[in-house]
Order: sequence, then C-alpha cells, then structure tokens
Amino acid sequence: MGSRASTLLREEEIEEIKKETGFSHSQITRLYSRFTSLDKGENGTLSREDFQRIPELAINPLGDRIINAFFPDGEDQVNFRGFMRTLAHFRPVEDNEKNKNLSNTEPLNSRTNKLHFAFQLYDLDRDDKISRDELLQVLRMMVGVNISDEQLGSIADRTIQEADTNGDGCISFTEFIKVLEKVDVEQKMSIRFLH
Amino acid sequence: MLQFAQSACNLLCRCLGITFVVWFTILFVIIIVPAVLEVSLGIHRFYIRTLCRVFEWATLQMELSAKQKNRQFSKPHTKGILAKSKPLSVQENMQELRSSAHSRRSEPQFDMGDVIYFCRKGVESIMDDEVTKSFSAQELESWNLLTRSIRRFPHRGLRLTFLWGLGVLIRYGILLPLRVLLAVTGIFLFVILSTSVGFLPNSKLRFFLGEKVHLMGYRFCVKSLTAFITYHNSENRPKNGSICVANHTTPLDVIILANDRCYSLVGQVHRGLLGMIQRAMVKSSPHIWFERAEVKDRHLVAKRLCDHAADKTKQPILIFPEGTCVNNTSVMMFKKGSFEIGCTIFPVAIKYDFRFGDAYWNSSKFGLVHHLLRIMSSWGLVCSVWYLPPMNREEGEDAVQFAKRVKAALAAQAGLADLTWDGGLKRTKVKDIFKEEQQRLYSEILLRDHQTQKQEKCFEDGTPEED
Repeated sequence: MGSRASTLLREEEIEEIKKETGFSHSQITRLYSRFTSLDKGENGTLSREDFQRIPELAINPLGDRIINAFFPDGEDQVNFRGFMRTLAHFRPVEDNEKNKNLSNTEPLNSRTNKLHFAFQLYDLDRDDKISRDELLQVLRMMVGVNISDEQLGSIADRTIQEADTNGDGCISFTEFIKVLEKVDVEQKMSIRFLH
Repeated sequence: MLQFAQSACNLLCRCLGITFVVWFTILFVIIIVPAVLEVSLGIHRFYIRTLCRVFEWATLQMELSAKQKNRQFSKPHTKGILAKSKPLSVQENMQELRSSAHSRRSEPQFDMGDVIYFCRKGVESIMDDEVTKSFSAQELESWNLLTRSIRRFPHRGLRLTFLWGLGVLIRYGILLPLRVLLAVTGIFLFVILSTSVGFLPNSKLRFFLGEKVHLMGYRFCVKSLTAFITYHNSENRPKNGSICVANHTTPLDVIILANDRCYSLVGQVHRGLLGMIQRAMVKSSPHIWFERAEVKDRHLVAKRLCDHAADKTKQPILIFPEGTCVNNTSVMMFKKGSFEIGCTIFPVAIKYDFRFGDAYWNSSKFGLVHHLLRIMSSWGLVCSVWYLPPMNREEGEDAVQFAKRVKAALAAQAGLADLTWDGGLKRTKVKDIFKEEQQRLYSEILLRDHQTQKQEKCFEDGTPEED
C-alpha cells in the first residue's frame, strides 16, 4: 500500500527520544502517528507547508513564528527527532524530576528553556537581542491592522524602556527573564496530555 | 504420451466445469435469488458475530504477547492526545496570564509574556487539531486483521500473522471475486430492467415498477458490499416532497440509504459507466442531474430543487450538505443552500463500524475505483442509520442557524463531534478573515488597557482628553 520505507518507529529510537525529551512511551507513539498524519509527502519529514495546512495554526497570529521555531537555522525539513525536541519544551514540569536530573544538561522543558522558546519568537534574526524593529514586527503580527503605527511605536518604546536595564536599546535574554520573573511560565507554557 | 496429456486435459476441463457449475448454483441460490426476492437467510448476522469474536481474541493475543516479551503495549489513543481544558476567550486567557505578574506594573498595556498565550495555542494545534483528524482515516483500538492497518500493530506474534494470512486468502480469493461478480450482475440486471420499465407509458404501474427495480438494484449493491445495515426509528423515514440530509463519508452512503426507500439523487452528469447508470436511473424515476456548467449557477440549482420539492408526489431529494467526504468521527459545516429552500428537512445520521473496514473515501489519496476495491476487499460494511424527526425552519431563524441546528441534532444522535470548520478545508486554505478576527480580539485588549491608562493620566493631570 504505497512506498512507505521505514515508517515504523523502532524501540531503540523510542528509548533515545525518551531520554532526550522525557516523553513517555505512549506519548511518543501517539505523537509519531500525529507526525505521520501531517506528513502528506510521506518522506519522513515535515516542511513548512505541512504545518500551514493545520487550520488552527494558520489562523494563529503568530503561526509563522511558531512554525519557524521547528526549523533550526534555515533548513526546510524537520524530522521526527527535531519535531519532538521542539515539542519537548512544552512538556509539563514534574516535581520529582527536579531531583532526578542525572545528566549535566538542563532538561528541555526547564523554565529557562521555555523562556528561551518565547524569546526566539521575538528574536527574528537570532542575534540574542530583541531590537525595537523586531518588537514592532511581532506586535504588528499580533494586532493586524487594528492599531496605528504611532500607537504601536509608543507601546514598543514603553516596553523597551521598562525592560532595558543596561541602556543599549535592545532587550537581551537576561533582561527578558527579569521581565517575566513573576509569570508562572512552567504552568502557562505546558501542555497537559491525556494518558 | 499425447493421449495421456489429452485425457489429463479433458479431466481438468471437466473438473473446472463442474466446480464452476456448483459455484454458480450456490451463488444463485444463496445470494442472487434472495436479493431479487427480498428474502434474508441470516448468513450476514452469523458472519458479523464470528468476526467480532475473532477481533476480540486477536486483541487479547497481542496484549498477552506484549506482556510476555516485556514490551510496552501502547494502545492507540483514539480520543486525542491532549487533556481538554475549559475553553476560555482571548480576554480571559490574557487576564490569567497577566494576573500572575500583576504586582509588577500598575496598569499593564502590553506584556512581553502575551506571546505565551498564542505560542501555547499554536503548539497545541500542532499536537492535535480537529480538522486534520477528520480528514484522515480513523484509528483503530484493536487490530482488525487487515493489511492496511498492519503498520500500527507491529507486535503480532506468529498466531496472528497466520490468521492474517488466512484472512488475506479469504478476502482476496473468495470474497472479492464474489462481490465483484455480484456487483456486475446487479448493475447489468438493473440497467436492463430500468430501461424496459422506461418504455411503459407514464402511469402508476410504471412508478410502482420503477421503485421496485431501483430497490432491487440497491439490494444487489448492498449484498455485493456485504453491508449489514441497521435502520433505527423507521417511523421517521423521509416522506415524499421533502429533503433528506445526511452526513457524508463515502459515495456508498447513497446505496446505504436507498436500500430502505427510494430517493431522488442530485449530482453532476458523468460520462462512461457511471453516466450510463445515471441515464438508466432517470428512465424509471425522477433524479436531478446537472451539467457541469450548470452547477456553478446557484440560482438554477436552487430553482430545480425547489420545483422538485414542491411536487408532493415526488420522492424526497437526498442531499449531503457537507459537500465532501468526512471520516465519520465528526460532522463539518453544513452548506446553507439546501436549507434555504423552505421545505421540511428529514435529517438522517449514518455511523459506520470501522472495525470491519474503513468506509471513508480519502479522495486526495485514492480514486473511486480504488476506494471501491478497498471496501470490497475488507471484511464488510457495518453501519447504523438513524432517522431523525423532521425539522422545519422556525420564525426568525435564518438558513445558517437552521443548518447549525440540524447539524447539532444529527451529530448528537450518531455520537459524532460537531465542528464548525468548513469541509472545503480538505483542499483549500483557511480564509484570512479568521486570523484577522483573532488579531482584532487581541487589539481590543491592548486598546482597552491603553484607554484606561490614558484616562488615569488625564485625571491626574486635570486636562481634558485629547482623543
């Protein structure tokens, strides 16, 4: 029934993804069948068009920015590992994990990594700084045509003024973390699964 | 040597001949005659029950073998991946987001954390969304021994693989040729009889015979698909001079419904075999076939439907308002055209039991002939049909609201999800207007805060507002 090469997920791969992302076995198999249902070209990777075909994502004002987060550094295709790595940012943080961290690297769904995901939505050129232009672009995406340029400009200026502590006119990642220190990021950027 | 070969050949031919005769007699007695005479022998019931038991046994086997090998047996989640939370509006979500950071500022205008809301919604829709789910084949909870679903159940074990092999032999060696033969016989008989009835003068006899011929044709088709249909609430069966609406999963929905009573079908004129069948149908019963060019003219379509529906002696018109095939887990937006006509609507809900074979026609993946072959080579078509009580448009209700009401009743009866997305999303992109609506809602939040902040400043300064 068609030319499905190796569309079966091997146990070793599932184990590797489990270690890297922290998803459970059933979550990984479930997300794999989701991945294959989005993969219309049946070549084991997703392109930007495959994401844009999801209507709820297409009507999201920041849809394109979110899709971009799945494609690191100019690539056009994302495989299942990359897909899971990005989705891992939204895994809920469990309490027992905080003590169980065996590896030296931070888990993908830590508070810092979640905030970094949000930071990258603003940082279009990936230079680790949010400039006034970048902030304006994202604001324009979120409000569409409903707010004038001047009003938007003043909103951007006020935001940078409040956040920028070292006076360079841009918001760095550290300043971004400080701005959102009171927001419950662990809960707001987590997606609950049905087991 | 030659004589030996010749006599062997003769023997072989005789054997084949006898087999063929026996086979055909069985076929004739068990299937064709009952189909023509409207008698049931109970074979289908036995078949379905046996298959159900086999499937249950198969699932048990897989669970056992998984436990033995100490592997995880992940049952496919058919209810979705994400835990459903209460759906809140954009405003409520923003307030929740900001309230956790409230003490930071006096009157937040724009918060850098606002992206988090859109971010999470976006990733949730990547993980699971209603529309993509509705346009791909339904997921099975347990394996139904078909090749096409074999991928999702890798840990089968030897016994199940043997059973699957046996299944392949039965389905492709016995069932498929039998069904194709039945279908061909049925269509052949139908075309001849229908054309003959068409020669009779316009009278009650012609109408009566026409219905009988149509019903016979549909019975043949149903038998050729091994369809086992249960009709519920037959007292609500559509009456003459009305419109019948149903949810659409496959072109075979027509056969399923028309097996019980005759309908007038609406559709485009086709060429080839389908065109010949269409012409034969029209000779003995009124159907509404449109030329391709006429379909674009909505007023013409509406007028012809109206005229037909106004004639109270004519059979009810069968319409599928979704406009496209959906995978029988949900009902998509009903197009308002058929609800504007103003006559009684009889909703009918169809639900397939997809363990026996997936009835959904994914027209972007395979064509009609491939789809028919798939259905004929699966175990069968088991479905339930519910006739709902008739509905009329109420005072002050427009066509769109009426359509929504009918859709909700239909979805509730069949246990399907009621979606507001357009079935046209199967092939086209979503309209920009929905994105603009989201942007507008968010702008309102910003502007409202901006306005409140300005007012507060003005009261402090004591100057009148400048807006």
